[in-house]
Formats: sequence, structure tokens, C-alpha cells
Amino acid sequence: MKQAIVSLKGICLYGRGLLILNNISLDIYPGELVSLIGPNGAGKTSLLKLVLKLQDPDRGVVRRKPGLKIAYMPQKIEVNPMLPMTVEGFLALSGARKKTYRRAADRLAIADILARPVQTVSGGELQRVLLCRAMLRNAELLVLDEPAQGVDIAGQAEMYGLIQSIREEQGCAVLMVSHDLHLVMANTDRVVCLNQHICCQGHPEQVSNDPAYRQLFGRGVAENLAVYTHHHDHEHDIHGNVVCEHEHSRNSLSAELCRQKEREERE
Amino acid sequence: MIDMLWVPVCAGVLLAIIAGPLGSFIVWQRMAYFGESLAHASLLGVALGVFYQQPALLSTVISCVGVAVFLGLLQKRVNVSINTLLGIVAHSLLALGLVVSSLLPGGQINLEALLFGDLLMLDQGSLMVLLVVVLVVLLYVSVYWKALLNIAVDENLARIEGIPVDRLQCITLILLATAIAVFIHAVGLLLIVSLLIIPAATAQGFCRTPLQMVLMSSILCLLAVAGGMCLSWEADTPAGPSVVIFAGALFFLSITIKQIMTVKQHKREDIQY
Repeated sequence: MKQAIVSLKGICLYGRGLLILNNISLDIYPGELVSLIGPNGAGKTSLLKLVLKLQDPDRGVVRRKPGLKIAYMPQKIEVNPMLPMTVEGFLALSGARKKTYRRAADRLAIADILARPVQTVSGGELQRVLLCRAMLRNAELLVLDEPAQGVDIAGQAEMYGLIQSIREEQGCAVLMVSHDLHLVMANTDRVVCLNQHICCQGHPEQVSNDPAYRQLFGRGVAENLAVYTHHHDHEHDIHGNVVCEHEHSRNSLSAELCRQKEREERE
Repeated sequence: MIDMLWVPVCAGVLLAIIAGPLGSFIVWQRMAYFGESLAHASLLGVALGVFYQQPALLSTVISCVGVAVFLGLLQKRVNVSINTLLGIVAHSLLALGLVVSSLLPGGQINLEALLFGDLLMLDQGSLMVLLVVVLVVLLYVSVYWKALLNIAVDENLARIEGIPVDRLQCITLILLATAIAVFIHAVGLLLIVSLLIIPAATAQGFCRTPLQMVLMSSILCLLAVAGGMCLSWEADTPAGPSVVIFAGALFFLSITIKQIMTVKQHKREDIQY
């Protein structure tokens, strides 16, 4: 078995006296794509912060491979309007050469906004800029916080396509918070469902046929996963509206599943 | 006359040189209130210096750096908005300084010189100190330019990318405190921060890159220093406030120019359509 690049053991985190994360243990292996799902307030962003070492856990340990190179794509950044900074200047701050970041910008279709102040680009453009910056790091672990949030469905598919191609090219592991399971499922190695603790985790396709998994999640889940698999089969045919309808129902469904399992556990 | 003037002229030039990088970083990191707190702390420093019979420059530097470190530590531990905290600390320190200096035997502290500075009364020794501080700040900013900009853009992103954010911020604070402390004797504690940030704020609207802003702030500050010192020489007005008047005038002039430029641009676009 390969050595984990990030290893969380028995993590507990409190915020303002409230339990945010409870007894989380999670390993991330080289080249693996881990999707983190869960309802609002489940502690997804907190978990990312722990992995990024922006925060220390109250209990448990976060181990990272020594010298691990991490790239992070936040949901957004707010650059002080008093700081004159073009998109190009922002990319150059990564330390990459002009040729390198120009090529990356071409690939992410942001070449035409390089001269604009970074404060004035739209939300969707900023996400591409941030992904470009993360990509320029050539990291071993790419951490993404809802990389396609607020983007239309075609943009989402494109975004995840880009992430996948960066992953293949750089051979990096990816840890991302994502609600767009139907889009990421095809390439996800492991789904971690979080609701303060880890409700469930595993490869969706493999485990969907596993009786123990069905038992763990109760009825209905397997069907839900069957839908995912179906989408996986038709990955290349994704078209806006149809998927959009599904997406909403599925998002609420996965949240509902977490809650349902919570209830069962309590009982 | 030249002999009398070269020290204040050099001090003014040094101020302009340091106002570019320092003023820009104060504006970018939203540290204006922070600078004000440090400046307010200097009165306490001077009073303690008199009490312990130490040179004013040394005691001001020590007190400013001390307050900077104290504030840096406090900020991480107290759950109060930073501006509220700075408002409290700045005025508590000013009050403390006033009380301590009132307890000292009369006439030992020239309060007016400390509040408003006296560019024309600087000696060569102080000038050398200013020169050293300016060189150190320039060296620091140029060596860590990229890292400092990364921190100004987004602290978390900088931290994740392996930049030693805490260490650099600590050094920035100490250098800022030192620079403010040494320049207070030239331009006064009430005006030092405005002299650093007004040129930067003026330059901001006309620049596309951080480096442009730094250079342009220095040039604008130089203009303000030149204008202010001429006024001070001709009309015998206090030097520090005269310089600030010119800096302020440049700022409002720049807003007007910007406004006219925007209107003209709109008109041009209208014609095109």
C-alpha cells in the first residue's frame, strides 16, 4: 500500500463551543481524487482548513508527508481594491515564468482578461483564474473548495473536465468539496460523506453492489447510486437542462440521506 | 542658507523615498489605524526617555516597536474587531503619555515639536539614523517583494503556498514601527501616518501594478515635501503641516483629474456609438 500524503486521525474540532468535526479519520493517497460531500454546516470547509494547516484541531493529529506541496483553490478571494493588481500580475505572483502562465491562461480561456484588474473579473472568471494559479503550483495535492459553485451547467462540466485533465497531467491527488456528484463521479476514487462525522465513504460504483454498503445506508441509496452510475455511462453526453433538473433533486437527496442516517444512528 | 537647508532637504527626500513602499503596504494591508496607534505611543516613549535620561530617538523606537509587538500578539488572542482594539490602545497610550509627561518636572518635553515635528531642526546624527532605516526598509521590501505582495493579496493563499506569513508580518510591523518612530521627530506624531498614506492613496487610482504605485507615491510625496518646505521657508509656517497640506491638495487634485478623465472617456464612447 502506498504511503498516505495526508493523514487525519481522530480529529475533533470545536468552534465557539459547538462541535464542528467529530472523530474524523481520513487518509489521502498520492494521485487519488477524493470528493467531500455533505449538507450545509457539515464541516466541509473546516476539514479543508485542517488539511491545509490553516487551523489546528482541538483533538487528534493531522499528518502531512514532509515537504508536501499543496495548491489550493478557494471559492473566491477578495483583493483589497486599493491594491492595483491585474490578473496577469496575480498569476505572475505564483512565481511561474511568463511563458508558463500565459500557456496555462490560454488553456483556461482567461487569456483575454489578463490585463484586467483582478478585482473586476466576474465570479466565473475568478474561479478560472484561481484554478490557473493553483495549477501553476505543480502540486502533489490540489485542494478545491466548491470549484464550480455558481457556474452554469455547461461551465461546471468544463470546470471538472479541466480539473481532471490537470490531475492526469500533473499526477496530483485532488481533495475537493463538491455538490455536483453527477459530474465528478466518473473520475472520483472515493466519496466521503460528511456530517460532522464521516457518515460513509468509498468508491461509489464498487460499493454500490456491496451488500454491507447497502445495509449501512439503507434502502434507496443503492438506487441513488445506480442513477450516478447511469450518468457515468453517459458522461460525454451531458447537456444542460436535463442534468440540471436531476442535479437539484440529487443534491437534496444526498443531504437527506445523511440526515436519515444520522437519525438511524441516534436511534 | 544652503548649509542650513541641506539636512531638512535630505530628510524630506528620505521621507519621500520611504513613503512609497511603506505607505503602499500600509494601504494594502489596511494598517492605517495601526500606524496611528504606534505614533500615539511615541509620546509615552519620549516621556519615559526623559525619565530614564535616554535619548528621545532611542526611547521612541523602543516604545513604538514594543507597542507593535504587543498589538500583534493581542490581535491574535482578543475577540474584538481590530479597529476597535486599535482605537482603544491608541488613545489609552496617548493619555498615558500625557499623564506621564505631566508628572515630569516642567519644560522637559517640547510637546508641540513632538506633535507637529520640526523638519528644520534636525541634526546630522538624526539624518544618519533616517538614512539607515530607509535603507533597511528598502532592502527588506525589495528582497521579500513577491512574498509581501502575496500576503497582501490573500493571506491564506500565501500561507498555503509556504510563505512564512507570520514571520514576515512580524518583521513588517517592527520595521514600520521603527520607521514611524524615527520620522516622528521630523514631521510629528499627528501627521506621520497621513504623510505615508496620502501619496499612496493618490497614486492608487492611476496605477496598474503595485510597483508603479510604489514609485508614483514616492514621486508625489517628493512633490508634497518640496511644496511644503518652500511654503515653510517663505511664509515661516511649520514644516510638517505644510507638507501635509500639499499632499492633501495633490490628492484632491487627482480626484478631480480622474473625474474629468472618466467624463471625457464616456463622451468619446458616446461619439463612437
